[in-house]
Amino acid sequence: MSEQQHKPKKSRLGKIARRTFLIGTGAIAGGLAVGYYSYQRGFDNPLLSDLDRGESTFNPFVKIATDNTITIIVPRAEMGQGVTTTLAALVAEELDVALDAVTVEHGPASSAYLNQAMLIDAAPVPAFDDSFTAGGYRGAMEILSKFLAIQATGGSSSTVDAFEKMRFAGCAAREVLKQAAAEKFDVSPAALATNNGRVEDTASGRSATYGELAARAATMSPPANMQLRTRSQWKLLGKSQPRTDIRQKVTGAPIFGIDVDLPDMVYATVKMNPHLGGRVNSIDASQAADMKGVIKVVPIESQTGNGFAVIADNSWRAFQAAEAVTVDWGPAPYPAETAQITGQLRETLETGDRFSLREAGDPDTAFSNSAPDQVLEAEYEVPFLAHATMEPMNATARFKDGKLDIWSPNQSPTIIRSVCASVANLDPDQVHVHTTFLGGGFGRRSEVDFSIYAVKLAMETGGRPVKVTWTREEDITHDTYRPAALARYQALLNDQGMPTALRATVASPSIIPSLIGRTYPSLPAGGPDKTLIEGAYDQPYAIDNYRIDAAKAEIAVPVGFWRSVGNSFNAFMQESFLDEIAASTGKDPLALRLELSKSWPVATRVLEKVAQMAHWGETLPNGRAQGIAFTLSFGTWVAQIVQVREIDGSIKIEKVWCVADPGEVLDPAIFKAQMVSGIIFGLSSAIGQEITFSEGMVEQSNFHDFDAMRMNQCPAIEVEILENSPHMGGAGEPGTPPSIPALANAIFALNAKRIRHLPLSREVDFA
Amino acid sequence: MKLSVNGTVHDLDIEPEMPLLWVLRDELDIKGPKFGCGIAACGACTVHVDGEPVRSCTLPIGDVEGEVTTIEAIGSADSLHAVQQAWIEEQVPQCGYCQSGQIMSAVALLREIPNPSDEDIDSALSGNLCRCGTYPAIRAAIRRAATKNIGA
Repeated sequence: MSEQQHKPKKSRLGKIARRTFLIGTGAIAGGLAVGYYSYQRGFDNPLLSDLDRGESTFNPFVKIATDNTITIIVPRAEMGQGVTTTLAALVAEELDVALDAVTVEHGPASSAYLNQAMLIDAAPVPAFDDSFTAGGYRGAMEILSKFLAIQATGGSSSTVDAFEKMRFAGCAAREVLKQAAAEKFDVSPAALATNNGRVEDTASGRSATYGELAARAATMSPPANMQLRTRSQWKLLGKSQPRTDIRQKVTGAPIFGIDVDLPDMVYATVKMNPHLGGRVNSIDASQAADMKGVIKVVPIESQTGNGFAVIADNSWRAFQAAEAVTVDWGPAPYPAETAQITGQLRETLETGDRFSLREAGDPDTAFSNSAPDQVLEAEYEVPFLAHATMEPMNATARFKDGKLDIWSPNQSPTIIRSVCASVANLDPDQVHVHTTFLGGGFGRRSEVDFSIYAVKLAMETGGRPVKVTWTREEDITHDTYRPAALARYQALLNDQGMPTALRATVASPSIIPSLIGRTYPSLPAGGPDKTLIEGAYDQPYAIDNYRIDAAKAEIAVPVGFWRSVGNSFNAFMQESFLDEIAASTGKDPLALRLELSKSWPVATRVLEKVAQMAHWGETLPNGRAQGIAFTLSFGTWVAQIVQVREIDGSIKIEKVWCVADPGEVLDPAIFKAQMVSGIIFGLSSAIGQEITFSEGMVEQSNFHDFDAMRMNQCPAIEVEILENSPHMGGAGEPGTPPSIPALANAIFALNAKRIRHLPLSREVDFA
Repeated sequence: MKLSVNGTVHDLDIEPEMPLLWVLRDELDIKGPKFGCGIAACGACTVHVDGEPVRSCTLPIGDVEGEVTTIEAIGSADSLHAVQQAWIEEQVPQCGYCQSGQIMSAVALLREIPNPSDEDIDSALSGNLCRCGTYPAIRAAIRRAATKNIGA
C-alpha cells in the first residue's frame, strides 16, 4: 500500500476532549482518587466503584492487577462485528501488550462510554459534504452527544468513535506506568521503554511488570502532551488479529444473554399482544396456573407492549403454559391488513407533508417545463422486515436488597439503565446493567422491551433472579420492524442519456418517533427524520436538478433500526432507478455512475476497481449476467457487482464482488468479514423476506416462513479494500445496501425483468 | 428416566415430552446447544445422539435412545477437535450463536464423508442457519479440516 493512501485520516470526532476522559480519573482499589487534573471535568471513571482486590484503574478503559492481569474495557456490544478484538487492539497497541495477554470486558453502563460518532453521523448532511455548513451540523450533534452521553453500539460507529479515545487510554496508562518505574529506578521516564507488559530500563537491565507498578502509577497524572504512535509504528493495528472471543465461540461457552445461569434462578417467557400496541381486555390463566412447574402468571403493562408472562422452573414449561393462557386481546392501532397499510403509504405518497434535506438546482421547474412523455418514472416498494437475530430476545433480572441487576444482551446500556430505573421506580444508581455477548443485534437489541419485561418480572419473584426467554414466534411477531416504504422516482434525460433532473418522494413510517415512543414516551419526537431518505439524498452523484422528498406515513406499526436503516431500502430504489435510466437509452450502468460521481474520486475508484475484479462488460456465458450498485453509507463507499445464473428457471446467485473504502481499516480480515456479512444479510432480505399483516397481526412466525440465505444459496464473495476516503467510515452496515439493487439489476440484465418490489421472490424463483 | 450426556449418566424425573434441548440447558446446565427456533428449522441446537446429528429442540427426551454428545465433549480443554481448530484457523465465528450447531453438523459430516464435495457440504449444513453470513468461512474451515483428515 502506498504512503499516499496512508495520510492520517481525520476522524469527524474533531476535538474530543481527551483529558475529559483520560486524565486524572485513575485510582487504586479502595477508592482513593488522586491526581485529578482538572482541565475539564469529565465523566467519573465507572471502574472505580467496582475494583477487585489488587486492581488499579487508570481511566475508564484500563485496569491492571498486581498479578499483572491487564483488563481492557471494550464498552461496545460484541455481536460479531469484532469490537472485542479491534477496540481492544487500540488500547493494546499503545499499552505495548499482546492481544492474547489481556482480558477483555464490556464493563458497566456509564456515560463515560458515550458514543459521539454515532450521533455525529446522524447529522442531516451527506458524508461527502465537508462544507462549513455541514461541519456546523456535525458540531451541533457533537455537543448534543456529550449532553445526552448515550453509551450505545450502532450506526457502524464503534471504531470511528474509539479510534482516538481508546488509543489515548492505552497511551495514558503506559505513560504513568513509565513514571512509576522511573521513580522506582530513579531514572527519567524518557530513558524507559515498554514491552509486553513490562517497563524496561535498558541501560541498567532492570525491569518491572505493569502489575508491580500499577498501584503507584494509578495515582500519577500522565504528561499533558501525549503523542499517539504513528501508523508506521503500529504492531497490531492495520493488521488482521485473531479474534479475542474465538475460543469461547468454538467451544459453546455460555457467553450469551440466554446462557445466564444464577443461583436460585427461575425461568419465564412472555406473550405480548400480537396486535402490536393493543391492550389486554382479559386474561384467563386458570389452566396454566395448574401446569407442571408453573410458579406464577403475571400480567404486563408497559410502554413497549401489553400481555403476560409465565414464570416457571424451566423455560420449556413456561412456553407450554403460556400456550394454555386464554387472552382477549385489544385491537392494534394500525390498519389490520397489509393492503390497507400499503394504501396508507400510497395516500401519504400522494398527499402527505414532505421534507427534504438537500436540493440542487430547481427540479420542480425542470419537471413542470417538460412534456409528460419526456419523464422517466418508476415506483418502488419494500416490505416490513424482522431482524431475526439467531439468539431470540431475552434478558435476566434480579431485584434484591434494593439493587436491580439486569443481564441483557443489548446495544444501549445507559438507556436500559435509565428506562428500567423508571420502570422499577428506582434511582439509576441502584440499577446495574451487565451486557453479555449478543447472538446477533442488527439494531434489534438497541430496543428496551426485552429488558423492561425482565425487570417487571424480577419485581414479582421475591428476590429470585428470573431469566425471560422469548420463543422464536414471539420474537418474529413482536419485532421493531424495518419500515415498509413506497417511493416514486422521476427523471429527465438529455441527449446523451444523462439525467438532468431527478426527483423522488419516499413515503414510510418514521423510525425516530416510534423508537422514542417506546423508550422515553414523554419526550416529543417531531421534525425531519433522515432515515426516511438516507441512502438516496446523500449519495455522491451530481445531477443539476435534484431533490428527494420524505413523507412520513402515520402508521403505528413499531419500526426500528435494521442493519443499514434507511439505506437498506433507499439504495434499492435509487440504484434500481439509475439502472432504469441507463437501460432507457442503452447506456452502460457503470459508465452512468462513473459520469455522475466524477467529482468524487473516492466513488469512481471503488466503481472502477469492482468493475475490474468482475471483468465487467466482458461477454458472459449464456444464462449469466451481472448487476452493479453503489452506496455511500456510514462514511464508507461501497460498490458491488452481483453475478447471477439461470438454472432450470431458477436464479442462482453465483458471485459477489465488493470494493469498500472506509478511509482507514484497522483490521482487514474483520472488516472484510463484515462486508461479507452485510452482503449476505442484504441478499437474504432480497431473495425472500417480508413481514405482512393480517387481522392486525404479523403473519410470519419462525424460520419456515421468515427464512434467510442458507449455505447452499450462498455465493462466492470477493472483497477488496481501498483507503482513499479522507474520513474513517464504518464496517457493520455499509455492505448491506448495495447488495440488494446489485442483485435486482443483475436479474434485469439476465432476463430484462425489472422488479420494483421486494422481495424479488415475488417475481422470480431463487435456487 | 436415565439420560447419558457426554459420558455422564443422569437420573431424571422429567416429563418425557420435554425436548432434549431444554433438559440439557435448563436441567443439566449444558449451554453449548442453543435455542434458535424450537421447530428444527435453524440447527442452533444440534447435538449428536450415538454420533448422529439431531435437532435437540424437537426431540422429546422420552425418544432419546443412545449417548448424547454436545459441543462441550467433542474436544478437550487441552486438545480441541480438528473441526474446532479449523474454525479458529479460518476465524469463522462472528456473533457465534449458531456456531455450536454448525460445528456439530460439520463433525458429523466429516465422520460420514472424510473429504466432502461442495454438494455434500451444502446438503449437510443447509439446515444450520447463520444470520452473520459466515457460510464462506464455514466452507473453508470444513475443507481445511477435511485436508487434515486425509493427511492423518
